[in-house]
Amino acid sequence: MTQPLIEARELSKRFTTRLDIAERVANLFGAGLEERTVHAVDGVSLAIRPGEVLGLVGESGCGKSTLGRVLAGIHPSSSGDVFWEGRNVAELSAAETRQAQLAAQMIFQDPMSSLNPRKTVAQAIGEAPLAHGMVRRGDVAAMVADLMERVGLDPSYARRYPHQFSGGQRQRIGIARALAVQPRFLICDESVSALDVSIQAQILNLFMDLRAELGLTYLFISHDLGVVKHISDRVAIMYLGRIVESADADEFFARPNHPYTQALLAEMPTVKQRRRVFQPVKGEIPSPLHPPSGCHFHPRCPYAFEHCRIERPALREIAPGHVSACHLNDAPPTARTTNALHETT
Amino acid sequence: MTDQPISRRAWRLPSSDTVIGRAFNGLVTSPKALVAAVLCIALVLIATFGPWLAPQNPYDLAAIDFFDARLPPMSPSMTGSVYLLGTDGQGRDMLSAMIYGLRTSLVVGLLSGVVALLIGTALGLVAAYFGGRIDALIMRVVDLMLGLPAILVALMLLATLGQGMWKVVLALVLVQWAQFARAVRAAALIERGKEYIEAAVSLGLSKRRILFGHMLPNCMAPIIVVGTLQVASAISAEATLSFLGIGLPITEPSLGLLISNGYQTLLSGQYWISVYPGLLLLVLVFSINIVGDRLREVLNPRFVGR
Repeated sequence: MTQPLIEARELSKRFTTRLDIAERVANLFGAGLEERTVHAVDGVSLAIRPGEVLGLVGESGCGKSTLGRVLAGIHPSSSGDVFWEGRNVAELSAAETRQAQLAAQMIFQDPMSSLNPRKTVAQAIGEAPLAHGMVRRGDVAAMVADLMERVGLDPSYARRYPHQFSGGQRQRIGIARALAVQPRFLICDESVSALDVSIQAQILNLFMDLRAELGLTYLFISHDLGVVKHISDRVAIMYLGRIVESADADEFFARPNHPYTQALLAEMPTVKQRRRVFQPVKGEIPSPLHPPSGCHFHPRCPYAFEHCRIERPALREIAPGHVSACHLNDAPPTARTTNALHETT
Repeated sequence: MTDQPISRRAWRLPSSDTVIGRAFNGLVTSPKALVAAVLCIALVLIATFGPWLAPQNPYDLAAIDFFDARLPPMSPSMTGSVYLLGTDGQGRDMLSAMIYGLRTSLVVGLLSGVVALLIGTALGLVAAYFGGRIDALIMRVVDLMLGLPAILVALMLLATLGQGMWKVVLALVLVQWAQFARAVRAAALIERGKEYIEAAVSLGLSKRRILFGHMLPNCMAPIIVVGTLQVASAISAEATLSFLGIGLPITEPSLGLLISNGYQTLLSGQYWISVYPGLLLLVLVFSINIVGDRLREVLNPRFVGR
């Protein structure tokens, strides 16, 4: 097995609201206010091999964007480590940290707020390479024109402002800005979900062209299984801060293991099942402030039994390259009707 | 006929790519704002070249004549010239006194406005970007400053420090910086949450560049609006302080001091001693505010291109 390009080991990201002075004073009088902690990412281990596209899927609020931001180096992690090409990012020298930081770039969801409205396209794309001395001042214009052409924009628009472009064009500017620092790893955080379907396809094709031309590796974060199926080599499912299943794309869509995955796949609209009635996964996603004990999915799981409430299931390999975190896999095979949910619906 | 096409306009509007260009275009395209801007510029020019424009140096004792005191507008003077706006209780030409007063008022207003803007903007940006304890510390001081009545703080300061132009500027800066800090922090907090700031972090740009190159330019609209409002309010605050007799000393008269000089005789028919400086103050504050509002409209990127 090749060495992963980037790897997360037991990575966690917690957001804590600290009590301010007023609240602490209120506590002296018995207000009973507590610090609240959200485990946005809860002990995630994930390896991404060079050149692959990993689709990360989950409901909104499950921490997939936070995981992407920690991997991109935008947020520091609370605990756990990130390894870049086998080396712990926390132990790199300042120069190496900067290199690793630049090598992982993010493509954002909202094409409006991801571009500084006061900077022209040329400034947005050219700023970082110029600041890092990757290009000489005289060569910036040529580099910007080259990048704009590469992402399918007319270089004569270089002096325009973001608001003068459409959503799809703005997303292309964001991609060109990321490419300007010669990254090897792109984290696409819901990068196409704000776009029209026809534009989505164009941007997805652009991602695939860039992958072929530049040998890029992708973490493709999305809630849209259709898009993920189209683009990914491997898929990981996230639920309430944890990875619950991950497998190669073909295996994943053919033999989903985790009940949550099965429920999600059952809801995926397809051309064949035109008239079916959709049955959403029962219940709401629980508050990450007070996650359920044991397996986070047990309150919504049709197969949950006593043990699920007590112990957190570990990710275990159930087939080559296919891991799943479900206690049902530990039980004898007869105790479970495989893919029951998937087939009955 | 010539072969060359003739440009119908000899001059062109500046490029709308720059903030200055957009501000200029915005002021030129609104008649109301254009009038206000021309008034502002005219007043600043009059103040700048005041000593050469004023018919008389009102603080040169040799030039004034006590027998000319309290003359109504358009009265002839002892030397044959005409007092366009009359004279005050000491026989000074009101027009000249107002031009000199305008100088002082503008210098105090602009100076305290600019210094408060620099301090408040820097603190507001830092509070918004770093958050946590730094934010809490800065904002509690801001709350404290905003909780106290500005004119009361200035009164107490000047009562302790004594009179003088620099002391008035210091007092006005102290009561005004908090307004900037609060407005800038609010704007910067919104910008801080946007994805382009995360992109800048991810692109490895320095904190200085993110703060002053990315966040600050996007906070310009509130800074400009608060800035103009605060310059106008500094001018009126200074006038209030001088009217109360604790602002500027009698040797550096401002518009407020001139109003104060005439208010006792206002109702006895000698209106010109107070009313004309008052009108000038009104025009000055009003036109600065109109210019500020127009700049807010045009500098907001969402309005560009409409």
